[in-house]
Amino acid sequence: MSERILLGHGSGGRLMHRLIGELFARAFAMDELGDAARLPAIAGGLAFTTDSYVVSPRFFPGGNIGELAVFGTVNDLAVAGAQPLFLSAGFIIEEGLPLAELTAVVEAMAAAARRAGVRIVTGDTKVVAKGQADGLFINTAGVGRLLAGLTIDPARIRPGDQVLVSGPIASHGMAIMARRHGIAQEPPLLSDTRPLHALVAALAELGPAVRFLRDPTRGGLATTLKEAAMASGCAIRLEEGALPVLPAAQGVAELLGIDPLYAANEGILVAVVAAEAGERALAVMAGREDAPAPGRIGEVLAAPAGMVLLATAIGGSRIVDMLPGEELPRIC
Amino acid sequence: MNGIAAAIGDLVQKIGRPVRLMEVCGTHTVAIFRHGIRDLLPAGVSLLSGPGCPVCVTAIADVDRAVALARQPGVLLATFGDLLRVPGSAMSLAEARAGGAQVAVVYSPLDALELAAANPGHQVVFFATGFETTSPLIAATLLTAQERATGNFSILSVHKLVPPALRALVATPELAVDGFLLPGHVSAIIGVDPYRFIAAEGGRPAVVTGFAAADILEGIWLLLRQLAAGAARVENQYQRVVRPEGNPRALALLDAFFEPADAVWRGLGTIPASGLTLKPAYAELDASRRLPVAVPAAREPAGCDCGAILRGLKTPPDCRLFGRACTPERPVGACMVSSEGSCAAYHRYGQRPAPPVGPAA
Repeated sequence: MSERILLGHGSGGRLMHRLIGELFARAFAMDELGDAARLPAIAGGLAFTTDSYVVSPRFFPGGNIGELAVFGTVNDLAVAGAQPLFLSAGFIIEEGLPLAELTAVVEAMAAAARRAGVRIVTGDTKVVAKGQADGLFINTAGVGRLLAGLTIDPARIRPGDQVLVSGPIASHGMAIMARRHGIAQEPPLLSDTRPLHALVAALAELGPAVRFLRDPTRGGLATTLKEAAMASGCAIRLEEGALPVLPAAQGVAELLGIDPLYAANEGILVAVVAAEAGERALAVMAGREDAPAPGRIGEVLAAPAGMVLLATAIGGSRIVDMLPGEELPRIC
Repeated sequence: MNGIAAAIGDLVQKIGRPVRLMEVCGTHTVAIFRHGIRDLLPAGVSLLSGPGCPVCVTAIADVDRAVALARQPGVLLATFGDLLRVPGSAMSLAEARAGGAQVAVVYSPLDALELAAANPGHQVVFFATGFETTSPLIAATLLTAQERATGNFSILSVHKLVPPALRALVATPELAVDGFLLPGHVSAIIGVDPYRFIAAEGGRPAVVTGFAAADILEGIWLLLRQLAAGAARVENQYQRVVRPEGNPRALALLDAFFEPADAVWRGLGTIPASGLTLKPAYAELDASRRLPVAVPAAREPAGCDCGAILRGLKTPPDCRLFGRACTPERPVGACMVSSEGSCAAYHRYGQRPAPPVGPAA
């Protein structure tokens, strides 16, 4: 095999078959290479999602585009209240990508799939001419089984509900930005990319008391909660002092003038639970490796409808709105 | 914090009339919103946002010139991201890029110099905006460009100076501002002395202020303390960063390459000696001399109140375009484009006064 990806690797010919057989099928332990994976019958409802990954840089402190592509889709299924089962993997590769880099990404995907308990069962490869894509884009779609007892729906949010997070915010976005801006930190801030399926399965024991779950990726915590407030017709009040942010992430955010509330996360979830279940939910998260800093960050109010308010650390308050669509770097 | 808020309340009572303070710097504007500082102030104090966002005060004609340069064959225009969406007469740089012009977003002027090294077949022009905080970085980049003898690198300098703009503001007869919060970062370069005229000629107090919530509250308290005593001095709240003489090395570097020139500020018009232009000896680094382009007369957007907002005569919600025809997604005026612009900050953090945050019912 050559050292770099050639247009021929996407041509449907011998080069492509070798690439699929020697790299993808081997790494993903695929037992059949047809045009579609045949899946067993799955009892109960299904969740189905797709996401594309174009992160730059492809390798960043704490992870790479490959594990992001697996964990991101696993988490989209998990926060819909599903147990992730099967993934597809589509690759759009720019001619000239070093084969060693593609191999590293694919192996990271395989390891991530094992960690998340999912199988990558089908895929696709396209190679585009130099300049038509930035190195490597990955699309993953996923199928999961809906967990009994969980109904994740922002319309179920009620005044008095508690707002919880499982870990520090802004780590992924700030790790990417630090790498991109050449901000050296010792020790380096790591992306928080991790699978959340087991944490959601643990929270499922709270049943209907769990109203809403989301992994706040692009747009950060602010955007996710604004969406929840608008969909529920309630208000959400956040306590700035209760928001967990690692000092290293806070430092990068201050240096670049970015509000951590809007920075991307790839390994935390935000949960809205019934008032009486708040303590139990925190007890479920306590001590878990996939919930490094569980805490209550706010509550749901009846009014003003659709708004998110932040009680600032110095006793002021401000409105938290969505980003207007600024040109943020490619973070996932 | 509550202590200082209470102290501010006492001073306002002592002053016995409504007080209007201007935060000159866009970074202050954002910090004031982010910390919810307006919420903590008693009813008698209002804060106005001044012309301290370099993107917001970039004239339409300068954007038009940058667009015209970017559309020249063989030219690659490098710029900070915020400038990409500033509307010109016909189009923004983002729209020019979508139409095939070569525009690259960089995070520092040195990145633009690297672009020149990587693209020897192109003339790389850096669209240099900013105040005294960023102009020394440009000067340092020009020094490196000279050392490397980079033949295909030049800058389009629309750099501006803060004190002359403040001088123009203080001379505005209708200006209803009782005191100024002065920008900490700019002052770290230029020091405190260039502002003396605000007190001496304008009869108003001014305080060089840092950016943490406690800094801003203390800056406000210092201004009110002067107003209560009938005083007008220039004070330095940000002494841990700002020395009275500023940063002599940075100033010497600026002086080596640049000289003051008249400049057009969006909303304020032409202000004498308020811009920085390259000295004639550096013509080969000056895109305006090296790459002349024809730029038609600029057209101001109809109904835009950016000018009155930058002068503190109106607040963003007073503009009839605010939040309707002019939003962060589709900005008409520059105050809505930059993340530091006062309209963008109002829109993002406080389109309306935040309701009181009480405990849950």
